[in-house]
Amino acid sequence: MFDNLSLFVSTISQGLLLTVEATLGGIVIAIVLSFVFGLAMLSKSRTVRVLARIYVEIWRGTSEVVQLLWIYFALPILIGYRIVPLLAGIVVLGMNFGAYGAEIVRGAVQSVPKAQYEGAIALSLTPAQRMRRVILPQALVEMVPPFNNLFIQLLKGSALLTLITAHEMTYQAREVLIQRHIDQAGLIWTVVLLFYLVLAILITTGMRALERWAARLVGRKPSQRRSLRSMTFAAKSHAPGGGL
Amino acid sequence: MNWDWNFFWDVFPDVVSDGLLITFEATVYGSVIAYLLGLVLALLRRSPVRIVRGVTWAFIEFIRSTPLLVQIFFLFFVLPDIGLKFDPLTTGVIAIGLHYATYAAEVYRAGIEAVPVGQWEAATALSLPRARTWRAVILPQAIPRVLPALGNYTISMLKETPLLLTIGVLDIAGAAFQEGSERFRYLEPITVAGILFLVLSYSASLLVRWLERRVGTVH
Repeated sequence: MFDNLSLFVSTISQGLLLTVEATLGGIVIAIVLSFVFGLAMLSKSRTVRVLARIYVEIWRGTSEVVQLLWIYFALPILIGYRIVPLLAGIVVLGMNFGAYGAEIVRGAVQSVPKAQYEGAIALSLTPAQRMRRVILPQALVEMVPPFNNLFIQLLKGSALLTLITAHEMTYQAREVLIQRHIDQAGLIWTVVLLFYLVLAILITTGMRALERWAARLVGRKPSQRRSLRSMTFAAKSHAPGGGL
Repeated sequence: MNWDWNFFWDVFPDVVSDGLLITFEATVYGSVIAYLLGLVLALLRRSPVRIVRGVTWAFIEFIRSTPLLVQIFFLFFVLPDIGLKFDPLTTGVIAIGLHYATYAAEVYRAGIEAVPVGQWEAATALSLPRARTWRAVILPQAIPRVLPALGNYTISMLKETPLLLTIGVLDIAGAAFQEGSERFRYLEPITVAGILFLVLSYSASLLVRWLERRVGTVH
């Protein structure tokens, strides 16, 4: 039964690079959009707040699959050419999870105690200094655990790229292996699942390091409770779509 | 720009009539499985037997850290091999329900932990049997407060139903995609699907917010 295991592992790992690229690309875009729109939702200007809210609701409210199909199959009719699958995937992952991330950023900034704002004003820091030197460093510590969950959701979401024929891990299994080894489907899919599990654990490990760093930055000890939970890496209260 | 309003209004009713029912069925049945199985998992996580707790924990983390799409494929290919021949919709619903049961388990766990310890002590003082403590004291307090969080997962499940198109179950998105490939034009049908999802999930979120106000939240 395990005769073909090394073939399965090597074929699936041919899709590993693309999965990693899509995930990392998606994460980078998602982080940027999270901060841009998360802070925009806290803007003094009503117009800016409404625009940010529209972005968040549209990208959270429509299914990720629909977004992917739209960018890859529908958008070409409007713009005249089709974007390559990997790029389409990165854009959708980034835009979609950026919308969830924006809520994380907004929530974390709002959770910074009001006295911190007042203190910064009393020291006559400019609004930009206040944000950069006082509020964001503290908010960052709060953001890391929910972003960890979000990035694991994003990794899982990268499997959808198989729908637009990006040759990532799920595609490799479904289009290359299953056709020839359908009698060993259980083993093939188990290998794929384990690949994703390892990637998820890697993300969590990285985010734990980031959390410790962010905590040190504001002179806090990394909280014991969280490090005890180090093994539970998936979503706590931030489900995929948990907010909407 | 060549948006075709006539085509838009032409496919709108088709997408609704072909896909809406499947989307509903998958979401509702998926939710029922997730809510029930999630409670079972949450209780197993608190089992007095260490190995049961450990295995349940590993199962929950494994399912939550891996893509639902791959789990759908796994069940789709493996269930028939072990003699369980379900139709694709059933297979998909099982996959969605199982996946979200692991999320629901965490929600229940938070809800159970939020019940004050005095309630347990009082139950012990009244020497209620363990089963009765759960049924009559703990769960009636825990479950109402977790309903909004569970509702949010139902919204997530709604948005995951398009995954079933990969095993031939056509929900709203699947129907739209089918419509698009038959007419050689994807723009309007897929936009219709997007609009429908936006409307459905947004109205569902209003419902969840109303529920939140009714019962308060637990995280």
